[in-house]
Amino acid sequence: MSIHAHPALPEFEYLRPATLAEASEFLAGHPEEARPFLGGTDVFVRMRDGFSNPRYLVDVKCLSGMDTFRFDPHEGLTLGAAVSMNRTAASPEVMAHYPLLAEACRSVASYQLRTRATVAGNICNASPAGDTIGACLAYDGVLQIHGVDGFCQQSLAGFFLGPGKTKLRPGDVVTGVRLPPPPKDAAGVYLKLGRNRQGDLSIVGVSVLGYTDPAAPSGYRFRITLASVAPVPLVAGEAEAYLSANQVTAEAICKAADLAAAACSPIDDVRGSALYRREMARNLTRKGLEQVWHSLNGA
Amino acid sequence: MATHRITLTINGSTEQLDVPSNLTLLQMLREKLALTGTKNGCMAGECGACTVILNGEPVNSCMVLAAECDGADVRTVEGLAKDGVLDPVQEAIIDRGGVQCGFCTPGVLMSSRALLDRNPRPSDEQIREALLGNLCRCTGYLRIIDAVQEAARRSAAL
Repeated sequence: MSIHAHPALPEFEYLRPATLAEASEFLAGHPEEARPFLGGTDVFVRMRDGFSNPRYLVDVKCLSGMDTFRFDPHEGLTLGAAVSMNRTAASPEVMAHYPLLAEACRSVASYQLRTRATVAGNICNASPAGDTIGACLAYDGVLQIHGVDGFCQQSLAGFFLGPGKTKLRPGDVVTGVRLPPPPKDAAGVYLKLGRNRQGDLSIVGVSVLGYTDPAAPSGYRFRITLASVAPVPLVAGEAEAYLSANQVTAEAICKAADLAAAACSPIDDVRGSALYRREMARNLTRKGLEQVWHSLNGA
Repeated sequence: MATHRITLTINGSTEQLDVPSNLTLLQMLREKLALTGTKNGCMAGECGACTVILNGEPVNSCMVLAAECDGADVRTVEGLAKDGVLDPVQEAIIDRGGVQCGFCTPGVLMSSRALLDRNPRPSDEQIREALLGNLCRCTGYLRIIDAVQEAARRSAAL
């Protein structure tokens, strides 16, 4: 490897459309050549490393509505696509009502990178390792999208098709993420295993959200999402269903962790082996469930 | 490749430049404005040597396009001292021995200044978190953390 591991950015045209309609029209007209960007924290690295070579970078962060930050107890949280992870994590409303999202934001890289990085960008980048995606899945997040036909909404469940691949179509610009009102008395935790304690990409990331639900046979529901263990951010649905159907005991938590590990299809890479990832997915799921269970029961 | 005319404020002075699309804020500072205090380390947003304060918040200037900075307010290490008087973080990092080779120092200073602007009395843990993205291969960090605490104390006494 040369000393210039990350060379200067290749040539491209920087565009700043005036309206969402203009942005969608241009992106739809240049599906192979143009891509939207927000903070650029992923796209610039990929361009420097030669993995991406767009002819046009379309800056969408200054468009109408992209800076929206609104919480309403009945409507939930609306995060404009350009709202940074630092602003999200520092918000009293997010800390109070969506602490799992605040925790996930704080786990990403460094403070100065999070000045630019956004939750919406993390979602659109569609890395299986995306730290904030698990929290958004756990809170049943919905994307607000502007396309050539106008606005539409897309649930995050089913949005991810593979590493870097989503249901977004040419011309689509994600304008925000909406999280419905959180369950009452919820507890959550994001356990991130990296090569160092903070700032690295995850080897495995586990988000756990738990709350009481009288309609569930066990009286509780848990949301369990895993990062870096499958081609897409993973929802451990069988583990979630097991804990809502069966009394929550230490044994049931171990069984749920086994089910979560079984749902993984990890790969070997520079950060960890598939075997290690699967075992750590099991251990971290169990640990996360235990922590959330103790929080729910005031222990 | 098209160029973009931008007008921005750098260390209190208004500048107007024509910048190509792929020029980063870091390149603009160093190569067009000769503000070489800001260092080019990794070009990947990992080392923090290029940290500057953009619109009040620290950023990796290698990860920002110059063309994005039209109308922006940028503060670099050259803008920390006022009328020949060092900023408290500069004084403290000298006094506490938080500098060895000095390459990371401009970035450390800008992250520290931004931290103290948003949190005048940070804990050690908050300093560590704020400086997580500023790699230093010399000092072992303890003297830097000590220096930021000292700067906070001195600023409070002013």
